[in-house]
Amino acid sequence: MNQHSIHDTTTLLGRSLRHILRSPDTIITTAITPIAMLLMFVYVFGGAIDTGGVTYVNYLLPGILLITVASGVAYTSLRLYTDLSSGIFERFQSMPIARSAVLWGHVITSLIANLVSLVLVVLVALAIGFRTGIGPGAWLEVLGIMVLFTLALTWLAVSAGLAAKSPDGAGAFAYPLLFLPFVSSAFVPTSGMPRAVKWFAEHQPVTSIVDTLRNLFADHALGSDLWTALAWCGGILVVAQALAVRTYQRKLA
Amino acid sequence: MNTTPAVRITGLTKSFGDIDVLRGVDLDIATGSIVALLGSNGAGKTTVVKILSTLLGADAGSATVNGFDVATEAADVRGSISLTGQFAAVDEILTGRENLVLIAKLRHLDRPGQIADEQLERFSLADVGGRRVTTYSGGMRRRLDIAMSLVGNPPVIFLDEPTTGLDPHARLEVWQTVRELADGGTTVLLTTQYLDEAEHLADRIAILHEGRILVEGTLADLKALMPPAQVTYVEKQPSLEEIFLAIVGRRTTAAAVAASEN
Repeated sequence: MNQHSIHDTTTLLGRSLRHILRSPDTIITTAITPIAMLLMFVYVFGGAIDTGGVTYVNYLLPGILLITVASGVAYTSLRLYTDLSSGIFERFQSMPIARSAVLWGHVITSLIANLVSLVLVVLVALAIGFRTGIGPGAWLEVLGIMVLFTLALTWLAVSAGLAAKSPDGAGAFAYPLLFLPFVSSAFVPTSGMPRAVKWFAEHQPVTSIVDTLRNLFADHALGSDLWTALAWCGGILVVAQALAVRTYQRKLA
Repeated sequence: MNTTPAVRITGLTKSFGDIDVLRGVDLDIATGSIVALLGSNGAGKTTVVKILSTLLGADAGSATVNGFDVATEAADVRGSISLTGQFAAVDEILTGRENLVLIAKLRHLDRPGQIADEQLERFSLADVGGRRVTTYSGGMRRRLDIAMSLVGNPPVIFLDEPTTGLDPHARLEVWQTVRELADGGTTVLLTTQYLDEAEHLADRIAILHEGRILVEGTLADLKALMPPAQVTYVEKQPSLEEIFLAIVGRRTTAAAVAASEN
């Protein structure tokens, strides 16, 4: 561990945050797709979906939050790819800084940018009728799950950005992540799905995370979903980070 | 006089898959000298520079920079060097000044703002320091790139094809800077594919070909390898570069010419 780790990470974090401030479109476009989906599903498809007495916007929001992060991390891999291809990554690597700081600067930037996008999405949801009576404690739990989920996807994005051969490739890894919520309980209850699809939907990470968030917002008991959700997030986080570190080290072999 | 070379490379090899890029490179660079590593595209010049900058590991052989081993004392090596890569590695979204402040902070120097202003002044970028790098010309980018490399005055500088893609003016400016660095005691290893660049700038020239240093020495040493000079009479034609520089002149006269044309 280098004595300068924190100083260097903060310096590089300041740099990428400045990038975001100068191109706020990355935060806005991150939020716009999920907001458009939110509006479309609430006002167009939602009327035809039976969610068992819950207003559709309340039912839908958790899935939309996950989609927000999935589209936001594409920019994280794009920023890493740009650093690599412009040569500034090598410049940093050849300097007497903590090498981990180069990655952590991007990871924390990703976390902050995604949280801002999430706040925008929640504000729109509130404006179109999303309601919850939960207190600050439960909001903190929601925040905790979103932070864990964002970190997990961010480390995946880091690997993608480090390994990408083109800017399009750097962002492409996010497409499958955007589709996972559709085959989960995020938009419609799984009960109406054909058996094989239902099995997949109920055993992939999105459903447990969405159900946990939904129960948190509705102030229901969390049950085993919480642990399944945490296990998925934690598991993806550990594997994705190990993968990112390996990809990173191979760059320097 | 310190007799330990600033850079010592012994038996360095490196392969990428089946391709043997370096097949046993040996080279010493004396402290305070300018050595040009000359070679065609793909000769392995960049690979040598990357190994010396601790960005790549060698397969075999060893290298020390400023007395530190690149494999086992990488952090000390990074503290002694600065790398200017083949493409101007500048942050386009930041301003020139912000780029310099960033590097000064990462080098853990006091008063990063003051250092940035000094570098802007020294590289004639003071007027554009507050502008984003996206608006810079190629020559300005390269100057900023080199200015960033010199923040903190590292004793050893690696310049990987520093003048590729520059116009003749910008090229002369880079040469001037490199000479000033060496006069100040900095050791410079520069790679180039331009023979005249090596000839003009370097104290010693090493020719890298097919993964080995074929010859190394001063320009006079290398000339001695050829048959004795024959005297022939050649009409002295100005080179296109001389014509270009004579017409365009210094920047101020260039502006005057442009004004008189309108």
